[in-house]
Amino acid sequence: MRLPEPRGPITEALQSLRCADIGVAVDHVTAAVDSHTSPLLDCDDAQLALWLLYELHYQGFDDVDPRAEWSPAVIAVRGHLERRFEAELRELTRVEVEKRLNIEEPIADRLFAMMSDDDSPRLAQYVQREITTTQLHELLVHRSVYHLKEADPHTWAVPRLRGRAKVALMEIQFDEYGAGRAGDMHSTLFARTMTRCGLDSTYGAYVDVVPGYTLAASNAMSLFGLHRRLRGAAAGHLAAFEATSTLPNRRYAAGVRRLGYGDEAARYFDEHVEADAVHEQVAIREMCSALVSDEPECEPDVLFGAATCLALDGLAAGRLLDSWRGGRSALLRPMVELAPG
Amino acid sequence: MTWRRRSPRSVTVTVCPDGPLLVRGADEVIDEAGVAHEVRRPCVALCRCGRSSLAPWCDGTHKVVTEEAAKRNR
Repeated sequence: MRLPEPRGPITEALQSLRCADIGVAVDHVTAAVDSHTSPLLDCDDAQLALWLLYELHYQGFDDVDPRAEWSPAVIAVRGHLERRFEAELRELTRVEVEKRLNIEEPIADRLFAMMSDDDSPRLAQYVQREITTTQLHELLVHRSVYHLKEADPHTWAVPRLRGRAKVALMEIQFDEYGAGRAGDMHSTLFARTMTRCGLDSTYGAYVDVVPGYTLAASNAMSLFGLHRRLRGAAAGHLAAFEATSTLPNRRYAAGVRRLGYGDEAARYFDEHVEADAVHEQVAIREMCSALVSDEPECEPDVLFGAATCLALDGLAAGRLLDSWRGGRSALLRPMVELAPG
Repeated sequence: MTWRRRSPRSVTVTVCPDGPLLVRGADEVIDEAGVAHEVRRPCVALCRCGRSSLAPWCDGTHKVVTEEAAKRNR
């Protein structure tokens, strides 16, 4: 994968990563960030900047020196973006977190209650009943940002947890990575679904056309995973992700089959109905419960991570539905323009 | 040359309130029709609400069941 095309002054200033010099001009980038006064959460340029800075820790870029991952200038720039991004996420979820804090109820009950009270737009229902083939392809393109590296962001949390919480996380992650079978890795199943739908399943192939709100969902996971101090948020995020998966994935599988794609294309979604029925229990009842009981100071961030997952997924669902119901593409360039030839 | 048999794993069953049974260490689950289902994950969740479309595995449907029951009791 090559470094994505710039979308504004911040990513423009990061193009120097392409040069042999592994640094970036810190003042130049931070000035570009500071001149952007509206929320970074809604800024395509800032979210792409964060995404590409995080990507240095995952698969990297063919045209960026791998040593840039730990360049102090690069880390400084990332920290500058992260401070505002985290503050915005905390503000976005403040009411939800405060409502669930300091209640004499087990954390598992509070997390399950948070999920069942969630009234995000019903994307899964739309996928099941109404989505068109082109829109399904757009959805897969959006989802490919995370699903082609599925499970990786939360794996950062493994060495940051201890005891029972670590054991529970490892059990989930082992299953995510195919339980010992490379062909069953969830990221591989997703790639197969993309291929069956005629899409390019190359890692990062569509990042240039994915709007900031989808990159933000991926960035939040990387933020939580890469900071030990935020291990509670990483655990809470995973718990919410798993606990909002089984019922929607059943609808996604039905939508994929309604459009005439076969079992092989639907398998990724079928697998998630079965796997996440296990993972949600393990993540909430075992991982989060153990973490909060062993390290009570993590409790607010467990709620923060879970609430962030729901808020960002809800935001993305709303934007996708608005675009499609308004007859518009939900990508920065419509699918038809991306078709090969 | 000698072969040592792997020591048998212990099987544990964990009850989730308003949810499935979590089973670890089993090789297969035999349903009421006598059909054996191979365990292919480190932990499996067995349906307890009787409404799963993936029986014997849980598919999360119990959440809809408990929400319906909560509404009835309101």
